[in-house]
Amino acid sequence: MAKILSEKFYTAMKRLEPRYPTKVALLLPALHAAQDELTWLPPEAMQEIGEYIGIHPAQVKEVASFYTMYNLKPVGKYHLKVCTNVACCLRGAYDVVEHCEKKLGIKVGQTTPDKQFTLHEEECLGACGTAPAMMLNNDYVENLDIRKMDEILNRLSANAK
Amino acid sequence: MAGQPKDFETLYVQHFHEEARALAYYQAKMEGYTALKKAFGMTADAIIDEMKKSNLRGRGGAGFPTGMKWGFIPKQSTKEKYLVCNADESEPGTFKDRDIMRYTPHLLIEGMVIGGFVIGAHHGYIYIRGEYTREAKLLDAAIDEAYAAGFLGKNILGSGFDFDLTVHRGAGAYICGEETGLLNSLEGKRGEPRVKPPFPAQAGAFGGPTIVNNVETLTDVPFIINRGGEWFSKLGKLEKSGGTRLFSVSGHVNKPGVYELPSGAYTLRQIVYDVCGGVLDGKKLKAVIPGGSSAPVLTADEIDVIADIEPIMKIGSMLGSAAIMVIHEDQCMVQLIERITKFYAHESCGQCTPCREGCRWMEDIIQRILHGKGKMEDLDLLLDITNNINGKTLCALGDAAAGPVASFVKKFRPEFEAYIRGEKRLAGHAPGHGGKHAEGHGEQHG
Ligand SMILES: Cc1cc2nc3c(=O)[nH]c(=O)nc-3n(C[C@H](O)[C@H](O)[C@H](O)COP(=O)(O)O)c2cc1C
Ligand code: SF4
Ligand code: FES
Repeated sequence: MAKILSEKFYTAMKRLEPRYPTKVALLLPALHAAQDELTWLPPEAMQEIGEYIGIHPAQVKEVASFYTMYNLKPVGKYHLKVCTNVACCLRGAYDVVEHCEKKLGIKVGQTTPDKQFTLHEEECLGACGTAPAMMLNNDYVENLDIRKMDEILNRLSANAK
Repeated sequence: MAGQPKDFETLYVQHFHEEARALAYYQAKMEGYTALKKAFGMTADAIIDEMKKSNLRGRGGAGFPTGMKWGFIPKQSTKEKYLVCNADESEPGTFKDRDIMRYTPHLLIEGMVIGGFVIGAHHGYIYIRGEYTREAKLLDAAIDEAYAAGFLGKNILGSGFDFDLTVHRGAGAYICGEETGLLNSLEGKRGEPRVKPPFPAQAGAFGGPTIVNNVETLTDVPFIINRGGEWFSKLGKLEKSGGTRLFSVSGHVNKPGVYELPSGAYTLRQIVYDVCGGVLDGKKLKAVIPGGSSAPVLTADEIDVIADIEPIMKIGSMLGSAAIMVIHEDQCMVQLIERITKFYAHESCGQCTPCREGCRWMEDIIQRILHGKGKMEDLDLLLDITNNINGKTLCALGDAAAGPVASFVKKFRPEFEAYIRGEKRLAGHAPGHGGKHAEGHGEQHG
């Protein structure tokens, strides 16, 4: 089977290896690195990671599924994860989520048919002083309100292919 | 004038302006790495003594005395020892460690090398929550700088002591903030808490004796070494609480943010009104959650309490991670506790039945109440469930889920009753809305 993870992935892993007393400890870093390349973790990627680390692919999946950051299903080009935990909720996060739902025409947990946007509710992001906050792919966007969210969605839609 | 008070010595906040303070800044303005040099001239026991004198108590939530914790490492053990920094910062409401890492990353590195030296660890890990990608990069860059300057690696400063430091990213799981869940996660497993004993000091990361400390705990260390345990202790205003503390304040206040205050010096009221400029939009205060979402809620007339470990414990809540969440009169408390309970139900790792089933059950009942299908007996049922969780689980997440529910039901019971009597009903699909989606004519406040 052709490998789907790049040379860069394997070089990065090689560099990390001496940092841990066991190879299994590379699992979370490997899943992160694979997702950075592929935007999600298809079964073939987990298979390959399992082979590299020397564990069964089922074990890779069992661990990966414990953590919410790993996308076990494909996500849109823009993955919006809006925090609705206490501080963000107090500062109007649900209005922001609702606005996204309306504007994108999807519900929380869904991806737009053109595969551009995926919307999720998120737990506390550790940005409660600048609430509401969200992650847009790997980056934080803070001090959200409907207007700011609207601008962001307009800008991203313009970029969308 | 609201804002960070300036009439006492602060260690951190004056440096919290420019992201990723470089090594040059750290050395020029913060006596960077001089504590490390000093520590190498001391014995491990002398450092632990100094730590004990400092009355530094863990900043992660439990408030355990750090000097005593370090003393638990078995010196004779020939196993590889580890120092692990808990940078998971997952307790809702908490955001102080993020500031420490992005503004003063070298402070954490220096604290960790000293900690490693004391406990005899040659490798340290910073377990940082996966979402903090930016902060992880800033730490990596600072670590590279420290290696290049000889503050990490082999034979640091000619001391003969070797120490390597690795940033390890989590991947989104609240329970990985619990120290044994964290250790499992570090080892490449599901982040499920372990049965204790053995405690991490006996068998922690990769089976070796391990100390897990919060970010702020470790960044206090260089200050203590440089200026002495007694000096640090006196920064605090209560006998057993040394140092300053970083408070994360959020919610309905005019000036949310991270504030540094002497331990045990300010009441919650002073923090809300004097430091943070009072309640948003001039509204009336309704409630305060004093220590992250796991802390039982306090009503507006309970806030004349010193914001420190024992005083808050005495009135039935906890200081936890010093994350204060402020709630004003418009917020529906039933919707808020629904959101909090949903969080714990989602984050329960499922190993213990009382936590797994209890959290889900509480969430169901509260939702049923919100949707007009609750019964009066449900309120006592909720309290029963909390009793069946409390103290009966493997880790503290169970208690963290139960405490808030019990406090909301006891202190804001009339709000629940209004829903049950049908005077209020949730209209929007998403609970947690700031009151306005609840329709009906019921009295809003408890
Ligand atoms: C559910 C749960 C979540 C926790 N989350 C964190 C966290 O995000 N950061 C942290 O430092 N401690 C957290 N703790 C506390 C840790 O288990 C541990 O007590 C702490 O890291 C010890 O460090 P300290 O002694 O320096 O406070 C959590 C505990 C529990 C039970
Ligand atoms: S109390 Fe809850 S989170 Fe903690 S170990 Fe038990 S089931 Fe898991
Ligand atoms: S509650 Fe949203 S970032 Fe903390």
